[in-house]
Amino acid sequence: MFNRSFVKYYHLMLLPGILLLILFSIVPMFGVTIAFEDFMPTKGIFRSEWVGLDNFNYMFSLPDSRQVFVNTIAIAVMKIVAGLAVPFVFSLLLHEAANAKFKRTVQTIVYLPHFLSWVILSGVIINFLSLEGIVNRLIEWFGGNPVMFLQSNHWFRVVLVTTDVWKEFGWGTIIFLAALTGINPSLYEAAAIDGANRFQRLRFVTVPGMVATIVLLATLSFGNVLNAGFDQIFNLYNPIVYQSGDIIDTYVYRAGLLEAQYGLSTAVGLFKSVISFVLIAASYGLATRFANYRIF
Amino acid sequence: MVIRGNNRLVDAFIYVFLAFVAFMSLAPILNTLAISLSSKVAVSAGQVTFWPVDPNLFAYKQVLQDRSFFVSFGVSVKRVLLGGGLNFLLTVLMAYPLSRTSKQFPMRNGYMWFIIFTMLFSGGLVPWYMTINKLGLMDTIWALVLPPAVPVFNVILLMNFFRGIPKELDEAANIDGAGPWKILWTIYVPVSLPALASVTLFSIVGHWNSFFDGMILMNHKQNWPLQTYIQQLLVSVTSIMNTTDPEEIKRLTNLSGQLLNAAKVIISMLPIAVIYPFLQRFFIHGIVLGSVKE
Repeated sequence: MFNRSFVKYYHLMLLPGILLLILFSIVPMFGVTIAFEDFMPTKGIFRSEWVGLDNFNYMFSLPDSRQVFVNTIAIAVMKIVAGLAVPFVFSLLLHEAANAKFKRTVQTIVYLPHFLSWVILSGVIINFLSLEGIVNRLIEWFGGNPVMFLQSNHWFRVVLVTTDVWKEFGWGTIIFLAALTGINPSLYEAAAIDGANRFQRLRFVTVPGMVATIVLLATLSFGNVLNAGFDQIFNLYNPIVYQSGDIIDTYVYRAGLLEAQYGLSTAVGLFKSVISFVLIAASYGLATRFANYRIF
Repeated sequence: MVIRGNNRLVDAFIYVFLAFVAFMSLAPILNTLAISLSSKVAVSAGQVTFWPVDPNLFAYKQVLQDRSFFVSFGVSVKRVLLGGGLNFLLTVLMAYPLSRTSKQFPMRNGYMWFIIFTMLFSGGLVPWYMTINKLGLMDTIWALVLPPAVPVFNVILLMNFFRGIPKELDEAANIDGAGPWKILWTIYVPVSLPALASVTLFSIVGHWNSFFDGMILMNHKQNWPLQTYIQQLLVSVTSIMNTTDPEEIKRLTNLSGQLLNAAKVIISMLPIAVIYPFLQRFFIHGIVLGSVKE
């Protein structure tokens, strides 16, 4: 069905949204010229001095920014791995529970943290991990020494990965549970008739049936290698743990909006945007080619 | 037919383990709830676990008298209504034309690549901030509502849902003389209510939970949304702590009033807790709806 007179309505329907996207997404993209300038707010974008790649050279020479890149990738990769493994194992266990009511109750509970903001959850975590908090009292009860989790470079990344898993693992199970229900039940019947026990059915029917989903999710997560989670880290960190927990996004915020190093901040941000863009495009390309995945 | 293992012990272990994990998911939140209901003495002595010690409503009474808490609560409600409403309208308006085939709407793929591009690439924080500043939106509610007005991800979800609607409905309406506008609002929107509910709830939760824009775009305290208010109140204290001295940390945390903060954290969770049963039902529907296509 093709109706020429409809087309102008389609343009009209898209117009307000497209205008807003131009205003708040495309216009700021031109602002990346700041990355190549010695930007002075009083002079503006057009009259500030052009310095070429100076900001980028400066960025690579700073020990801070090198540490920031290392932290970002380390934290993001640990989160990606844990964020795939934990929901996978949990959904397998949940799938084994026969009681539907019990299953639903557990699901309802584990999804909850996903809907709460990192501001709120940080408040909760700071209580939980404080020196008088429940975790440290448990450690003392077992005879250990209390740990300052949020003031220790040794523990900070562990806290980040653990609390991220805590918030998101329940939500992450949804996609695995959907894949589990997609496995043909007759395969289980056939396996049972052939004498496969519970573990063998898991090993030879369930896991092979999940491989495609895992590979797809792993591929798509490549695009997140530079996203270590601004909201979480911003709400949990402090200057003592910058060494292990400062990431690109928090660094861009501090350099750009607190220390007024506009050129440097924009350069770091642009560097991240470009690499992320390439990674996402590549991962979608791979997913499309090998898993027939399309987002639109 | 579902085949179950016959090993009772394994079953029991699985149930106990699942129940334990579910409890651990709630434990930190229950701990904060218990703190908010306990006495100051019990809290600073570290006696509170998952059940209030000397239960009382002192903290909640204090919060009720805190005017700026409710001013911020009001800002949040306002941004959810305005921002959520605008998100809904724009999502519907954009998803429909984009759900047409490129035969029906020749420019469709061009628009599609454009919005995908805006989703994948960004100019970064400083240029974004300067744009909003230049537009004169600082310290207005519009700074919180207009920049995230087009939720591209939701548009794609809804577009995929619209594509699953049988073409016969379109054709029938078209023969009856309905134009695109009428087809959208009298056919597509009513048959997509579950999908619309899920994308709307996505944007409501997004607006309610966001703190960063409020923090950098609102210079005056009375314009802070609730999450920004809470952030400034309890997190900014720890984030400037440049010390590992336990006594100093204790002093700084006591300054911020652990008990009151716990109550504020709990109250700001309430709206999400109230809509959570709906979320539960629709969200899961929503996340699967965009992801599985045959």
